Amino acid sequence: MRLINQKVSRPAGFLLAALPFVAILILYVSASEVRLAENPQDKLLPSLASMGDAFWRMAAEPDRRSGDLLLWKDTAASLSRLGVGIGISALLALLLGVPIGLIPNVRALLSSFIATFSLIPPITVLPILFIAAGLGEVSKVALIIIGTAPVMIRAIALAVAELPAELLVKAQTLGASTWQIILRVVLPQIWPKLFTAIRLGLVPAWIFLISAEAIASTEGLGYRIFLVRRYLAMDVILPYVAWITLIAFLLDRALLKSSKRLFRWAHLSGESF
Amino acid sequence: MFRHSFLKMLSAAFAVSVLLTAPGAEAAPKKEFKVCWSIYVGWMPWGEIQNSGLMKKWADKYGISVDIVQINDYIESINQYTAGEFDGCTMTNMDALSIPSGGGVDTTALIVGDYSNGNDGIVLKGKKELADIKGQTVNLVELSVSHYLLVRALDSIGLAERDLTVVNTSDADMIAAYGTPDVSAVVTWNPLLSEIAGMPESTKVFDSSQTPGEIIDIMMVNTEVLKDNPDFGKALVGAWYEMMSIMSKSDSAGVDMRTAMAKASGTDLAGYDDQLASTAMFFSPAEAVAFTEAPALITTMDFVRKFLFEKGILGEGATSVDFVGIAFPGGKTLGDTGNIKLRFDPSYMAMAAAGKL
Repeated sequence: MRLINQKVSRPAGFLLAALPFVAILILYVSASEVRLAENPQDKLLPSLASMGDAFWRMAAEPDRRSGDLLLWKDTAASLSRLGVGIGISALLALLLGVPIGLIPNVRALLSSFIATFSLIPPITVLPILFIAAGLGEVSKVALIIIGTAPVMIRAIALAVAELPAELLVKAQTLGASTWQIILRVVLPQIWPKLFTAIRLGLVPAWIFLISAEAIASTEGLGYRIFLVRRYLAMDVILPYVAWITLIAFLLDRALLKSSKRLFRWAHLSGESF
Repeated sequence: MFRHSFLKMLSAAFAVSVLLTAPGAEAAPKKEFKVCWSIYVGWMPWGEIQNSGLMKKWADKYGISVDIVQINDYIESINQYTAGEFDGCTMTNMDALSIPSGGGVDTTALIVGDYSNGNDGIVLKGKKELADIKGQTVNLVELSVSHYLLVRALDSIGLAERDLTVVNTSDADMIAAYGTPDVSAVVTWNPLLSEIAGMPESTKVFDSSQTPGEIIDIMMVNTEVLKDNPDFGKALVGAWYEMMSIMSKSDSAGVDMRTAMAKASGTDLAGYDDQLASTAMFFSPAEAVAFTEAPALITTMDFVRKFLFEKGILGEGATSVDFVGIAFPGGKTLGDTGNIKLRFDPSYMAMAAAGKL
């Protein structure tokens, strides 16, 4: 049988999916052992055990300086920044994306502007943000919004523009006003697209969150990584990276699952990623 | 078939990774050495030692070669040294104790170059006294010498870190941050310090000249490499003190050298001389030897290790302040004598002082 026609059975599928993870783990452990054999206190590739210890220390033992459980404090700080940033971006995507996609005058007014704005590399705006809005939370959240909103607005606008014209015509023959069309035709169709836009927006949102926290902060996942970088604490950095990845993965899955549950009709074609 | 080739690829990846991480064959004595440095008033001579050919002259004398590499990011340079990329690197006493020594890399202070004598300072906006810092938000590079200076300053007026809020701020953003209305107190180092202190309504309320000799700038080298290759130490020390004698004079050669260093650090001769004025350079090896042998160094290192332990950055799994041992001239030590990882050894500087290089 040709390779392209071979089906993967479920157990084999799991095994194949696990392989790269196991391989990278084995690769890491063996490389770490080689270095630790030479210098037991090597900081570059700490053993899994010492990373576990460090993670436990961050999660369960009060910090010597502040008495806080650092991991949870950092996680809460980062997630709230991420939540506010992405939330505002999603709101902007709805408030601007729908009119841009639906109403020709608004499209003519805003679409080139948004397209141009989305080309500004957000990190380059950061110094301006700091000077204009100070070093506080506003700048960090604003960076996330600048980094994610334009793309999300465009995604929603495109989705609205792609709605079948028949639907809009039909609604009009039934006497719907523009406002009613937005509420009764466009929005119900757009909700699953908004979920997709949020999922896609979360990827750059993390990047901008971590970058903003690296520059001026008192807490946050990115802050901690850039702080302990000063003394090469890989035993803290690597678990933090894994933790961020896990949170990002769970957020993405949760959004996908709720989209599937809330809008079953939008997932009939069987997309699963 | 797919599985077969996958396994093949996996084993190839393994082979590559093992090759990459295999420890370099112990080839003592080495002939080629690499040291690194980063921009700082007291380390600018290293760049000129390389450019002017002084390094080559001294390395040739001992039949070796030494490459002096400039690294843009200070912490990155220490990390590279700790990871084994370099045989030596410039750093402060505090960072040497927390990064390489705390990380198990036995490190020797080969050339004690200078100490900060006003190069690091605390600036308040709109306030005139150190005591006014209470309750403020202070922007600084956390866990750096700035943080140490802040703790020492607070100590001197009976305050503690919990009396204020420390905000970690990258040194690259310090000047822009100070320009914003919500930043009212910063701790930083030169040349940023003089820039910030010169802004309107700003007062420098404390600087390192009030804790002299505590922030020390040193060429640190790997102890094992030095032990196996004393010529490496001799060549570095020889080149350094020849440069010191050139740049400390006000003749045309000295002025040329300092002008080159000024240019390389982004300022002019006057600016560089200003920075030198707040730096206690040990132009003569005898001064450096005397400083290294003085009992005050032990007191300083005791402050430093306590600071590092309190902040939780004294080495991996440090359960007590004694975890990392420090050795001083004359057989004196601090901390665990079974785990000595930082050594102050003036013997090479003493050779320079005696003219025996």
